[in-house]
Amino acid sequence: MTETQRLIPCSEAVRKLWDYLDNTVSPEDQERVEKHLSFCRTCCGELEFAKELRAFLGSGSAEELPVDVRARLERFVGEL
Amino acid sequence: MAKAARMSELVTGDRTKEAFRRLIVPELPGLYSLARRLVRDGAEDLVQEALLQAYRGFGTLREDAAAGRWLKTILVNVFRDDLRKRTRSVEELPVEEVEGFSLYRTLIEVDPLPYSDTLHQDFLTAFGKEDVREVLLRLPEIYRAPLVLTYMDGFATKEIARMLDVPLGTVLARLHRGRKRFEQEMWAYAEETSLLAGRDDR
Repeated sequence: MTETQRLIPCSEAVRKLWDYLDNTVSPEDQERVEKHLSFCRTCCGELEFAKELRAFLGSGSAEELPVDVRARLERFVGEL
Repeated sequence: MAKAARMSELVTGDRTKEAFRRLIVPELPGLYSLARRLVRDGAEDLVQEALLQAYRGFGTLREDAAAGRWLKTILVNVFRDDLRKRTRSVEELPVEEVEGFSLYRTLIEVDPLPYSDTLHQDFLTAFGKEDVREVLLRLPEIYRAPLVLTYMDGFATKEIARMLDVPLGTVLARLHRGRKRFEQEMWAYAEETSLLAGRDDR
Protein backbone atom coordinates (compact mmCIF):
# COMPACT_ATOMS: atom_id res chain seq x y z
CA MET A 1 0.00 0.00 0.00
CA THR A 2 1.48 3.37 -1.04
CA GLU A 3 1.35 6.42 1.21
CA THR A 4 -1.47 7.94 -0.88
CA GLN A 5 -3.53 4.75 -0.63
CA ARG A 6 -3.30 4.82 3.17
CA LEU A 7 -6.72 5.30 4.75
CA ILE A 8 -6.86 8.36 6.95
CA PRO A 9 -8.96 8.59 10.13
CA CYS A 10 -11.94 10.95 10.48
CA SER A 11 -9.93 13.42 12.59
CA GLU A 12 -7.40 13.86 9.80
CA ALA A 13 -10.07 14.04 7.07
CA VAL A 14 -12.04 16.69 9.00
CA ARG A 15 -8.87 18.68 9.61
CA LYS A 16 -8.31 18.87 5.85
CA LEU A 17 -11.91 19.43 4.71
CA TRP A 18 -11.88 23.22 4.41
CA ASP A 19 -8.49 23.19 2.74
CA TYR A 20 -9.90 20.54 0.42
CA LEU A 21 -12.84 22.85 -0.39
CA ASP A 22 -10.46 25.77 -0.87
CA ASN A 23 -8.24 23.68 -3.20
CA THR A 24 -5.22 24.30 -1.02
CA VAL A 25 -4.41 20.65 -0.26
CA SER A 26 -1.74 18.71 -2.13
CA PRO A 27 -2.92 16.28 -4.85
CA GLU A 28 -1.97 13.42 -2.48
CA ASP A 29 -4.09 14.83 0.35
CA GLN A 30 -6.93 15.47 -2.07
CA GLU A 31 -6.89 11.80 -3.02
CA ARG A 32 -6.74 10.72 0.63
CA VAL A 33 -9.68 12.95 1.59
CA GLU A 34 -11.76 11.76 -1.36
CA LYS A 35 -10.99 8.16 -0.52
CA HIS A 36 -12.07 8.73 3.07
CA LEU A 37 -15.26 10.50 1.96
CA SER A 38 -16.11 7.58 -0.32
CA PHE A 39 -16.79 5.38 2.67
CA CYS A 40 -17.46 7.72 5.62
CA ARG A 41 -21.00 9.13 5.81
CA THR A 42 -20.30 11.28 8.86
CA CYS A 43 -17.43 13.07 7.15
CA CYS A 44 -19.63 13.57 4.05
CA GLY A 45 -22.00 15.39 6.43
CA GLU A 46 -19.06 17.43 7.76
CA LEU A 47 -18.13 18.31 4.18
CA GLU A 48 -21.66 19.43 3.31
CA PHE A 49 -21.82 21.55 6.46
CA ALA A 50 -18.43 23.10 5.71
CA LYS A 51 -19.78 24.03 2.24
CA GLU A 52 -22.92 25.55 3.79
CA LEU A 53 -20.92 27.50 6.36
CA ARG A 54 -18.59 28.80 3.66
CA ALA A 55 -21.52 29.89 1.50
CA PHE A 56 -23.19 31.42 4.56
CA LEU A 57 -20.13 33.55 5.31
CA GLY A 58 -19.90 34.63 1.67
CA SER A 59 -23.57 35.56 1.43
CA GLY A 60 -23.29 38.65 3.66
CA SER A 61 -23.39 41.54 1.21
CA ALA A 62 -22.14 45.00 2.13
CA GLU A 63 -24.36 46.53 4.77
CA GLU A 64 -26.30 49.70 4.27
CA LEU A 65 -24.20 52.72 5.15
CA PRO A 66 -25.90 54.67 7.96
CA VAL A 67 -26.99 58.10 6.68
CA ASP A 68 -24.90 60.04 9.22
CA VAL A 69 -21.77 57.96 8.50
CA ARG A 70 -22.23 58.41 4.74
CA ALA A 71 -22.61 62.17 5.19
CA ARG A 72 -19.45 62.40 7.32
CA LEU A 73 -17.38 60.25 4.94
CA GLU A 74 -18.54 62.14 1.86
CA ARG A 75 -17.71 65.42 3.60
CA PHE A 76 -14.29 64.00 4.49
CA VAL A 77 -13.64 63.05 0.85
CA GLY A 78 -14.80 66.50 -0.25
CA GLU A 79 -12.32 68.17 2.10
CA LEU A 80 -9.29 66.14 1.00
CA MET B 1 12.63 57.26 -16.28
CA ALA B 2 11.74 54.07 -18.16
CA LYS B 3 9.90 52.72 -15.12
CA ALA B 4 8.03 55.99 -14.58
CA ALA B 5 7.06 56.05 -18.24
CA ARG B 6 5.77 52.48 -18.05
CA MET B 7 3.75 53.32 -14.93
CA SER B 8 2.14 56.33 -16.57
CA GLU B 9 1.24 54.19 -19.57
CA LEU B 10 -0.39 51.62 -17.30
CA VAL B 11 -2.47 54.11 -15.37
CA THR B 12 -5.77 54.70 -17.11
CA GLY B 13 -8.41 57.24 -16.26
CA ASP B 14 -8.81 60.66 -14.77
CA ARG B 15 -6.80 61.22 -11.54
CA THR B 16 -8.34 64.49 -10.40
CA LYS B 17 -9.98 65.12 -7.04
CA GLU B 18 -13.40 64.95 -8.67
CA ALA B 19 -12.52 61.60 -10.28
CA PHE B 20 -11.41 60.34 -6.85
CA ARG B 21 -14.73 61.36 -5.30
CA ARG B 22 -16.69 59.78 -8.16
CA LEU B 23 -14.82 56.48 -7.84
CA ILE B 24 -14.80 56.34 -4.05
CA VAL B 25 -18.39 57.16 -3.11
CA PRO B 26 -19.93 53.94 -4.54
CA GLU B 27 -17.28 51.92 -2.68
CA LEU B 28 -18.03 53.41 0.76
CA PRO B 29 -20.59 50.75 1.88
CA GLY B 30 -18.22 47.88 1.05
CA LEU B 31 -15.32 49.64 2.70
CA TYR B 32 -17.28 50.44 5.84
CA SER B 33 -18.63 46.86 6.03
CA LEU B 34 -15.10 45.47 5.85
CA ALA B 35 -13.93 47.90 8.54
CA ARG B 36 -16.82 46.90 10.84
CA ARG B 37 -15.91 43.24 10.47
CA LEU B 38 -12.28 43.92 11.31
CA VAL B 39 -12.70 46.22 14.32
CA ARG B 40 -15.27 46.55 17.09
CA ASP B 41 -14.79 50.31 17.53
CA GLY B 42 -13.33 52.89 15.21
CA ALA B 43 -14.54 51.54 11.85
CA GLU B 44 -15.22 55.05 10.59
CA ASP B 45 -11.74 56.25 11.60
CA LEU B 46 -10.25 53.24 9.81
CA VAL B 47 -12.16 54.12 6.63
CA GLN B 48 -11.11 57.78 6.86
CA GLU B 49 -7.44 56.88 7.26
CA ALA B 50 -7.72 54.51 4.29
CA LEU B 51 -9.37 57.24 2.19
CA LEU B 52 -6.62 59.68 3.10
CA GLN B 53 -3.91 57.23 2.07
CA ALA B 54 -5.84 56.30 -1.07
CA TYR B 55 -6.09 59.95 -2.08
CA ARG B 56 -2.36 60.44 -1.60
CA GLY B 57 -1.66 57.38 -3.71
CA PHE B 58 -4.45 57.88 -6.25
CA GLY B 59 -1.91 57.97 -9.07
CA THR B 60 -0.99 54.34 -8.38
CA LEU B 61 -4.49 53.04 -9.14
CA ARG B 62 -4.05 51.44 -12.53
CA GLU B 63 -7.64 50.81 -13.54
CA ASP B 64 -10.81 52.48 -12.33
CA ALA B 65 -12.56 49.09 -12.32
CA ALA B 66 -10.15 47.90 -9.60
CA ALA B 67 -10.96 50.79 -7.24
CA GLY B 68 -12.94 48.64 -4.77
CA ARG B 69 -10.18 46.04 -4.30
CA TRP B 70 -7.52 48.75 -4.25
CA LEU B 71 -9.31 50.64 -1.47
CA LYS B 72 -9.88 47.49 0.58
CA THR B 73 -6.20 46.61 0.26
CA ILE B 74 -5.25 50.05 1.58
CA LEU B 75 -7.74 49.69 4.44
CA VAL B 76 -6.27 46.31 5.41
CA ASN B 77 -2.77 47.82 5.35
CA VAL B 78 -3.92 50.55 7.76
CA PHE B 79 -5.57 47.90 9.97
CA ARG B 80 -2.35 45.82 9.96
CA ASP B 81 -0.19 48.81 10.91
CA ASP B 82 -2.58 49.78 13.73
CA LEU B 83 -2.54 46.22 15.01
CA ARG B 84 1.26 46.16 15.02
CA LYS B 85 1.37 49.39 17.01
CA ARG B 86 -1.11 48.07 19.57
CA THR B 87 0.24 44.55 20.05
CA ARG B 88 3.89 43.87 20.60
CA SER B 89 3.73 40.10 20.28
CA VAL B 90 1.42 37.73 18.46
CA GLU B 91 -0.09 34.92 20.47
CA GLU B 92 -1.05 31.93 18.35
CA LEU B 93 -3.72 29.56 19.61
CA PRO B 94 -2.45 26.09 20.47
CA VAL B 95 -3.57 23.72 17.69
CA GLU B 96 -5.03 21.24 20.17
CA GLU B 97 -7.29 23.93 21.60
CA VAL B 98 -9.26 24.23 18.38
CA GLU B 99 -8.77 20.91 16.60
CA GLY B 100 -11.00 18.82 18.81
CA PHE B 101 -14.20 20.79 18.21
CA SER B 102 -16.70 20.03 15.44
CA LEU B 103 -19.78 22.23 15.18
CA TYR B 104 -21.37 19.69 12.84
CA ARG B 105 -21.07 16.91 15.41
CA THR B 106 -21.93 19.14 18.37
CA LEU B 107 -25.23 20.05 16.70
CA ILE B 108 -26.04 16.38 16.14
CA GLU B 109 -25.13 15.46 19.72
CA VAL B 110 -26.90 18.33 21.48
CA ASP B 111 -29.73 18.61 18.94
CA PRO B 112 -30.83 22.13 19.92
CA LEU B 113 -33.67 22.12 17.36
CA PRO B 114 -35.22 18.65 17.85
CA TYR B 115 -38.14 19.29 15.48
CA SER B 116 -35.94 20.50 12.65
CA ASP B 117 -35.38 18.31 9.59
CA THR B 118 -32.58 20.60 8.46
CA LEU B 119 -30.80 21.16 11.76
CA HIS B 120 -27.50 22.46 10.42
CA GLN B 121 -29.07 24.87 7.92
CA ASP B 122 -31.54 26.14 10.52
CA PHE B 123 -28.72 26.75 12.96
CA LEU B 124 -26.90 28.92 10.43
CA THR B 125 -29.98 30.90 9.38
CA ALA B 126 -30.64 31.81 13.03
CA PHE B 127 -27.60 34.12 12.77
CA GLY B 128 -28.35 37.62 11.49
CA LYS B 129 -25.66 39.98 10.19
CA GLU B 130 -25.04 41.53 13.60
CA ASP B 131 -24.79 38.07 15.21
CA VAL B 132 -22.16 37.05 12.65
CA ARG B 133 -20.27 40.27 13.35
CA GLU B 134 -20.38 39.62 17.11
CA VAL B 135 -19.00 36.11 16.58
CA LEU B 136 -16.23 37.43 14.33
CA LEU B 137 -15.29 40.07 16.90
CA ARG B 138 -14.80 37.35 19.51
CA LEU B 139 -11.91 35.96 17.45
CA PRO B 140 -8.39 37.30 18.00
CA GLU B 141 -7.62 39.78 15.19
CA ILE B 142 -4.89 37.63 13.68
CA TYR B 143 -7.51 34.93 12.97
CA ARG B 144 -10.40 37.25 12.20
CA ALA B 145 -8.71 39.12 9.36
CA PRO B 146 -7.82 36.13 7.14
CA LEU B 147 -11.29 34.66 7.68
CA VAL B 148 -13.09 37.88 6.74
CA LEU B 149 -10.84 38.59 3.76
CA THR B 150 -11.07 35.06 2.36
CA TYR B 151 -14.69 34.11 2.85
CA MET B 152 -16.48 37.45 3.03
CA ASP B 153 -14.45 39.66 0.71
CA GLY B 154 -13.14 37.04 -1.70
CA PHE B 155 -9.40 37.72 -1.56
CA ALA B 156 -6.97 34.94 -2.48
CA THR B 157 -4.71 33.69 0.30
CA LYS B 158 -1.61 34.93 -1.60
CA GLU B 159 -3.08 38.45 -1.73
CA ILE B 160 -3.89 38.27 1.99
CA ALA B 161 -0.31 37.22 2.78
CA ARG B 162 0.92 40.32 0.92
CA MET B 163 -1.61 42.63 2.58
CA LEU B 164 -0.88 41.37 6.10
CA ASP B 165 2.84 41.05 5.35
CA VAL B 166 3.13 37.48 6.63
CA PRO B 167 4.20 34.27 4.86
CA LEU B 168 1.53 32.34 2.93
CA GLY B 169 1.94 29.38 5.30
CA THR B 170 1.08 31.65 8.24
CA VAL B 171 -2.11 32.82 6.49
CA LEU B 172 -3.15 29.23 5.76
CA ALA B 173 -2.46 28.13 9.36
CA ARG B 174 -4.37 31.12 10.80
CA LEU B 175 -7.23 30.52 8.40
CA HIS B 176 -7.43 26.93 9.60
CA ARG B 177 -7.45 27.91 13.27
CA GLY B 178 -9.75 30.85 12.59
CA ARG B 179 -12.37 28.61 10.98
CA LYS B 180 -12.33 26.19 13.91
CA ARG B 181 -12.43 29.01 16.41
CA PHE B 182 -15.31 30.62 14.49
CA GLU B 183 -17.28 27.36 14.74
CA GLN B 184 -16.57 27.19 18.48
CA GLU B 185 -17.63 30.79 19.00
CA MET B 186 -20.80 30.37 16.92
CA TRP B 187 -21.86 27.60 19.25
CA ALA B 188 -20.89 29.52 22.39
CA TYR B 189 -22.71 32.63 21.14
CA ALA B 190 -25.87 30.66 20.32
CA GLU B 191 -25.88 29.18 23.82
CA GLU B 192 -25.10 32.42 25.66
CA THR B 193 -27.63 34.54 23.80
CA SER B 194 -30.38 31.88 23.61
CA LEU B 195 -30.32 32.54 19.86
CA LEU B 196 -32.20 29.33 19.13
CA ALA B 197 -34.90 29.79 21.77
CA GLY B 198 -38.36 29.75 20.25
CA ARG B 199 -37.03 28.73 16.82
CA ASP B 200 -38.25 25.18 17.19
CA ASP B 201 -41.84 25.81 18.27
CA ARG B 202 -44.33 23.87 16.22
